[in-house]
Amino acid sequence: MKVLCFGVAKDIVGGSEIILNKEAVITVADLKIYLNKSYPEFLKYKNYMVAVNQAYANDHATISSSDEIAIIPPVSGG
Amino acid sequence: MADNNKNIDIQILPGALSIDDCYKFVLNEKCGGINLFVGTVRRWNKGEEVTHLFFEAYVEMAIKEMKKIASAAIEQFNLEKISIHHRTGKVGLEEIAVIIATSSKHRKAAIEACEYAIDTLKKDVPIWKKEFLKDGSYWVNSRP
Repeated sequence: MKVLCFGVAKDIVGGSEIILNKEAVITVADLKIYLNKSYPEFLKYKNYMVAVNQAYANDHATISSSDEIAIIPPVSGG
Repeated sequence: MADNNKNIDIQILPGALSIDDCYKFVLNEKCGGINLFVGTVRRWNKGEEVTHLFFEAYVEMAIKEMKKIASAAIEQFNLEKISIHHRTGKVGLEEIAVIIATSSKHRKAAIEACEYAIDTLKKDVPIWKKEFLKDGSYWVNSRP
């Protein structure tokens, strides 16, 4: 399962994407738990969002490896 | 919902933005008012001296979110046309980071829609700004 990273998330994981060793369908909440455990620095940014197929997803949304998944730290465009 | 695509111009560009391009897109004979918002890079932010900014975008999703904002602005404010351009990469002092142009029959709709569009862009669109100071850099809204 590939996860795209932007902004501060890119700095935290040290690259523009991470590959998770997960085949099963999981929820966004599961993904956040995994990320917070693997990269504890994410705990400083509790308000980051996850996008699934280029749309914001809530914690109950399910994801699988065929989805485009991205970590969306607090945005700051404009 | 009507097909608004011909009235919406959304671009994310790595080079200098053109006020004229946005203005020309929204200009049309049905409208008596055009409002332009231009976001530029300022030297001082909260007492710290900025040397330049760097913008990163999740381009595909950012374009979708900007289209949503443009469609909502047209629907809610009865706009005729809207153009939103956002810059990516390194942007220097006084350079333009974002332009929003709106046109409507009468001025009020164009002014209000423009404010709605920039406020919503700042809240929802997946674009990130890194501020470079004399002594370091950080992602805005992600400073621990």
